[in-house]
Amino acid sequence: MSDALNDIPLTARPAIARGMRLQWEPAQEAHVLLYPEGMVKLNGSAGQIMSRCDGVRTITDIVADLERTYNQSGLTADVVAFVALAVQRHWLEARP
Amino acid sequence: MTASAPVGNALDAPGALVGGAQTAHVVGPPLWLLLELTYRCPLHCVFCYNPTDFANTGPELTTADWIRVLREARALGAVQLGLSGGEPLARDDLEEIVGEAHRLGFYINLITSGIGMTEARIKALKAAGLDHIQLSFQDSTREMNDFLSSTRTFELKVKVAQLIRAHDYPMVLNVVLHRLNIDHVEEILVMAERMGAQYVELANTQYYGWAWLNRDQLLPSRAQLQRAETATRRFRERVGAAMQIYFVVPDYFETRPKACMSGLGSVFLAIAPDGTALPCHAARMLPGLEFPNVRATDIGAIWYESQAFNRFRGDAWMKEPCRSCPEKAKDFGGCRCQAYLLTGDADNADPVCDLSPHHELVTAAVARAERVAGAREQVLTFRDHRVSIPVVIEEKRT
Ligand code: SF4
Repeated sequence: MSDALNDIPLTARPAIARGMRLQWEPAQEAHVLLYPEGMVKLNGSAGQIMSRCDGVRTITDIVADLERTYNQSGLTADVVAFVALAVQRHWLEARP
Repeated sequence: MTASAPVGNALDAPGALVGGAQTAHVVGPPLWLLLELTYRCPLHCVFCYNPTDFANTGPELTTADWIRVLREARALGAVQLGLSGGEPLARDDLEEIVGEAHRLGFYINLITSGIGMTEARIKALKAAGLDHIQLSFQDSTREMNDFLSSTRTFELKVKVAQLIRAHDYPMVLNVVLHRLNIDHVEEILVMAERMGAQYVELANTQYYGWAWLNRDQLLPSRAQLQRAETATRRFRERVGAAMQIYFVVPDYFETRPKACMSGLGSVFLAIAPDGTALPCHAARMLPGLEFPNVRATDIGAIWYESQAFNRFRGDAWMKEPCRSCPEKAKDFGGCRCQAYLLTGDADNADPVCDLSPHHELVTAAVARAERVAGAREQVLTFRDHRVSIPVVIEEKRT
């Protein structure tokens, strides 16, 4: 599984996998990812990353946006690791 | 993935990434709402878990009733919506119900046999906001035989599969396995591949309702199960990531029960066609539960206050060996319906558990399956309005 981590290029444009839906749930105060028989309640950073995965922005764009929004730097590795995990779990599709 | 209900059989506990698992003492919202929109169904399924006395249930809820249920449940925090039946396409207000559910923010999954699906309807459903479709084999003897011999049932499924893919839904196929079709797993998978299925769930029948009446004819033998698993593994190796296959072993072959519904009254709320609210779609069989009806009671009162939904919350109801078992927080003592059907007492441990003093009832059923496996003529009870039989309890042995 760790190979997959390095397989995601920074130019990939991750998108929410088909058949899944990401939405903000006020009742749970969290982003949740919904699929036919389950639900994943995302923590804050996972929600911030996934809500930017629109199939248009590249990973580089997403990192830049997050770093700007949260006034941080060096987020690339975390974002790539999360995207790889999400792809492996079929939450995201990494489009080239 | 589920069977449908339904088929969707296994419910994942929500909250994987950041937890969110609730303790026994905090009652969370009914995150998961299943609307069984109708008992009408063009098929007569041997494994159908709809109640065996379904012909005696009252009239179906109106469109306005269903919409009120959606609003009340959503206000409490419900977010997953399953639409099943019967065949939900038999309701011509399905699009309207989907539209309202989408506006409210539900994730909507339609569980269908495909009968009644047309280009016009799938377009309207997509436009209304339907998120996901599970194409199910509601029948696995007659329909599966048709399917395997490439007659019109196969053509229908292929046509519906094309519609599903053409409208940019993932193509998800559910097949219920049992003794009479489990030897065809490889053919089933080949057909699924030809239909362009991306996800296939091969779930073994759960023995409630009609399947319970036919259990001795439906339970596969251990050898059949192993052959099917081997065939599935070989197929998986060949197709790789192109098709994801889930194979769900019947729990009769296990030594620990499944965490049925994550515990009754924990996340799941089913509404039957006549408005009866159930903590599990099979729960109507459980004695001593007074099931509220959405015609008379709002969803909040049903979920938080009704006897039926509180009866199996927490662990105070449990008997030994569950009561003092360290695993009770993990499996909640298993399935209440299975405990009741096999032991006659819904408070007992699910006898699938080998710590249960009744586990012998399960091993005996498996042993009987071994003996009758291979017998050619089996009498099956098909679901039919003319024969509506109440569920019978297995005789207890002493
Ligand atoms: S004894 Fe009860 S709680 Fe313990 S593992 Fe068996 S079913 Fe689960």
